[in-house]
Amino acid sequence: MPNLNSNNYTVIYVTIMTVIVAVCLALAATGLREKQAYNVELSNKKDILKAVNLDDAPDIEATFDQSIEKLVVDVNGNVVDGVDALKIDLKKESKKPVEERNLPVFIYNNDGNKSYILPVRGFGLWDAIWGYVALGNDLNTVQGVAFDHTAETPGLGAEIKDNPSFGKQFEGKKIFDEGEFVSVEVTKNAITEPEHQVASISGATMTSDGVSNMLKKDLGSYLAYIKSLK
Amino acid sequence: MAETATKQEEKEALFSKNNRRLLTDPLDDNNPITVQVLGICSALAVTVAIKPAFVMSIAVVAVTAFANLAISLMRNGIPPRVRMIVELVVIASLVILVDQILKAFSFDMWKQLSVYIGLIITNCIVMGRLEAYAMANKPWPSFLDGIGNGLGYGALLIIVAACRELFGKGSLMGFQIMPDSYVGNGLMLLPASAMFLIGIIIWIQRSRNTKLIDIS
Repeated sequence: MPNLNSNNYTVIYVTIMTVIVAVCLALAATGLREKQAYNVELSNKKDILKAVNLDDAPDIEATFDQSIEKLVVDVNGNVVDGVDALKIDLKKESKKPVEERNLPVFIYNNDGNKSYILPVRGFGLWDAIWGYVALGNDLNTVQGVAFDHTAETPGLGAEIKDNPSFGKQFEGKKIFDEGEFVSVEVTKNAITEPEHQVASISGATMTSDGVSNMLKKDLGSYLAYIKSLK
Repeated sequence: MAETATKQEEKEALFSKNNRRLLTDPLDDNNPITVQVLGICSALAVTVAIKPAFVMSIAVVAVTAFANLAISLMRNGIPPRVRMIVELVVIASLVILVDQILKAFSFDMWKQLSVYIGLIITNCIVMGRLEAYAMANKPWPSFLDGIGNGLGYGALLIIVAACRELFGKGSLMGFQIMPDSYVGNGLMLLPASAMFLIGIIIWIQRSRNTKLIDIS
């Protein structure tokens, strides 16, 4: 048995351990990366379908390919060619100057009744929150939302995703008030404008405010595109 | 106490009396939260509803058990001066591996667990059991000790979560229990209420079991 207290033993032990652990973790991370990326994309597709209530379809991928049309626009409402809307990383886009951002749009065509599904991304209490907002044919009424988050507190902030009744509140809300963009506000006070406000989650004010801000900011960047369609 | 009870070298049955005590002691007399006062941080954070508390408990049982096993297997070779670093590396890499594998093969589960997986690394029960038990005992008893402490932690978590969910939201496991006229107690949804509840549980436990009073 070597002397456990000697410097040499300690250094060699730690070095070997670090190398073994690093190799194991690196192998795991690179070996599984493709599968993980596929899972993330599938989950995004599911969220997009959820915004228009299609997420209980048995084959998410086939349903998505069949019924969702995707395109990319810029902040002036012009269509950007050659970019896959699904591959856009909103986190990276939000760091670019506004004029250079690629904004994904997903369109669900239900017998001529179009739904425009717009992605939004912001910050909750701990980390990123994001979601998809489906606007009806009039580009004003919210048809449905699907929110998700990285690390909001379970039982509190995480309710934006886990509690279906939070998302349900958004259905039928209007993002314009007599032509003026007002977004939908999540408020902990009494609701005074039932068309533009929903109730927040008690105990999760920061996350609720995050949802408000995210909707206002990110839906706001689609204004030119929305105007061009009207 | 469990730590001193199983120092014998003789071969003994897998579930001998001593080994069974390793599993049952942490549920009451040696509970990691109320007696050892470890893992309080996560006990405050994830007990707002029963479901997350339950998921966290399962994850902690798995990690304490396997980290105890790994460290117990390595215990004779670990240089004493860096032993805590070695322990931490073992815990962290186990947790990261679990995280990566879940993300690739069980994505829904990973989404459910995401926050907790990170929290497990910082859970001082894991480190506490490695230091107090696995460093000085054989692999099998260490493994049982890990499971026992995970369960003791989980039991308390679920008791606290049940109180908080029932009085905070009027529901249990997401099902409405209280009548609709019940107004949820907002304090119960905040982490501070878990502190009061754990305090009350410690009080009840010690008034019932007086031998615990001298330990701390």
